[in-house]
Amino acid sequence: MTMVYEKSKGLTDVPFHYCPGCTHGVIHKLVAESLVELGVLDDTIGVAPVGCSVLAYKYFNCDMQEAAHGRAPAVATGIKRVHPDKVVFSYQGDGDLASIGAGEIVHVAHRAEKITTIFVNNAIYGMTGGQMAPTTLVGQKTTTSPLGRDEALSGKPIRISEMLATIDGAKFVERVSVDTPANIRKAKKAIKRAFECQIKGEGFAIVEVLSTCPTNWGLTPVKALDWLKDNMIPYYPLGNFRNFEEGK
Amino acid sequence: MSKVLMKGNEAVGAAAIKAGCKYFFGYPITPSSEIPEYMSKALPEAGGVFLQAESEVAAINMVYGAGGAGARVMTASSSPGISLKQEGITYIAGAEVPCVIVNMMRGGPGLGSIQPGQADYFQSTRGGGNGDYRTLCYAPSSIQEIVDLVILGFDKADYYRNPVLIVADGMIGQMMEAVEFKDPAPIDLPEKDWATTGTGGKRQPNVVNSLFLQAEELQAHNDRLEKKYKLIEENEVLYEAYGLEEAEVVLVAYGTTSRIVKTAMKQAEAKGIKVGIIRPITLWPFPHDVFKTIGNNAKGILTVEMSAGQMIDDVKIAVEGRLPVYFNGTQGGMVPTPASVLADIEKIAGGTK
Ligand SMILES: Cc1ncc(C[n+]2csc(CCOP(=O)(O)OP(=O)(O)O)c2C)c(N)n1
Ligand code: SF4
Ligand SMILES: [Mg+2]
Repeated sequence: MTMVYEKSKGLTDVPFHYCPGCTHGVIHKLVAESLVELGVLDDTIGVAPVGCSVLAYKYFNCDMQEAAHGRAPAVATGIKRVHPDKVVFSYQGDGDLASIGAGEIVHVAHRAEKITTIFVNNAIYGMTGGQMAPTTLVGQKTTTSPLGRDEALSGKPIRISEMLATIDGAKFVERVSVDTPANIRKAKKAIKRAFECQIKGEGFAIVEVLSTCPTNWGLTPVKALDWLKDNMIPYYPLGNFRNFEEGK
Repeated sequence: MSKVLMKGNEAVGAAAIKAGCKYFFGYPITPSSEIPEYMSKALPEAGGVFLQAESEVAAINMVYGAGGAGARVMTASSSPGISLKQEGITYIAGAEVPCVIVNMMRGGPGLGSIQPGQADYFQSTRGGGNGDYRTLCYAPSSIQEIVDLVILGFDKADYYRNPVLIVADGMIGQMMEAVEFKDPAPIDLPEKDWATTGTGGKRQPNVVNSLFLQAEELQAHNDRLEKKYKLIEENEVLYEAYGLEEAEVVLVAYGTTSRIVKTAMKQAEAKGIKVGIIRPITLWPFPHDVFKTIGNNAKGILTVEMSAGQMIDDVKIAVEGRLPVYFNGTQGGMVPTPASVLADIEKIAGGTK
């Protein structure tokens, strides 16, 4: 028999706890495969967030530190300064990165810290049961915006990639989605490139990944993918906001 | 080695470098800013990294990352900044990451003042962060002592895999004294085989973490921490005490206040009053046992602090109701005068207090 598919060596054997249809798992796989393909897994230290992916430290098959809510970029900074020759990444949700950790992510970019951030934007606080995130769309119902996000009360959702792309130290910024096989392939390319940015010593790199939360969106996994395409992508356009040129 | 004249804050930095500290993450605040200022120059010269963080919250989380990655690392701040660090300190304690944190205390609450204070005793000894954890807490009363304790603190942090606090008041940070940088007593330190250094393909991944979702797992983790804290209580208590057996009045004070109290003590003795002193050098673990050696002549205990009365709670616990405990305190950067302490000593000895 020939092996046609196997779990990435970048992941441990611990089964994911994610809800059925949640795309956190797909994103884990893309990160793990990228680290293996770049040949850096054994020289990588990851930082897990507080959010649904809090247990990421059990899933990635490399050294991991678990950070306080929003502080992963600061923790990653401490690690990278001690081990400048290692690959350091943070994996963070949108509540973690865009709300409580907004300060840390801005400054890790501003210092051009040579780390890679995987930013999983599902427009909601998944772990705590579906509260409003700074990324929640106007009109989107959550447990703390029961009538839908009210722009007059809470403002409009924040576009992190566009904001970080204004900072010189952010050398690679791209928004991708994992709603279709084609988009998953593009996401993988971006994630790999974001790690290359760090390995080549260019500066800070971030990939914002639009992701689903079928459970708290109250949709089936398939309908959640449609909702992402129809509602999130129009507000959060996919594409590259910053890329580095080799040797420049 | 010969003595050099140094300002307290700079001596803290020099002591850390002497102890092999290679990383410093901090945010400026009076009266401790000379520590990051000193480190920004001296650490790179010593082959280390100084980084000014965007906030105390970020700084302590950088410390968590660097300590978790196996390095000797320090941060320093003053009271409001230390409040912000509490989130990181409880994670560091929970994940058992070694580091040294210096607090040059100023007056509070809130923005308080930039004058020296001792009002962070509760925060230092009761854990300003959430959960069942303890931090080994040293309270130096001179520049020489702060140098010695910073150097010792790094060893103890590594030995116990625990955050170590150095708690001094702004006065100690600002004054100058002659100091000597002595080599620390040799200590057998365990390999940091738990640190996140990259597996190198040679071992299973290491995880630095304070999350234990199963109740039984967290209970077991807490039990293990408790055992460690017991060990620290048994082995790490430091204090200075004398005159307790004969004393009519026993003074209790730490840090700068203990120096003032000693002046008052001499004045009282010149008047024929027998006075003893207990100066805790570790605030946690607190030197409870030495209170048992107070003799039968004692009429009362006087606790002197630059606070509204915080350490006095520990003194009362230690005394177990055997003697009355009185308080002399100042706040806002006011410093207790030897005259006011002497007046209290006379009242207690004369039975009028
Ligand atoms: C200091 C602090 N505040 C609040 C929480 C509670 N909390 C845990 S996860 C979370 C939100 C996570 O949302 P997000 O980052 O979007 O991740 P997701 O679960 O959606 O992947 C919150 C508010 C916490 N753990 N710590
Ligand atoms: S709650 Fe949402 S984000 Fe969390 S695992 Fe379930 S589907 Fe995924
Ligand atoms: Mg989310």
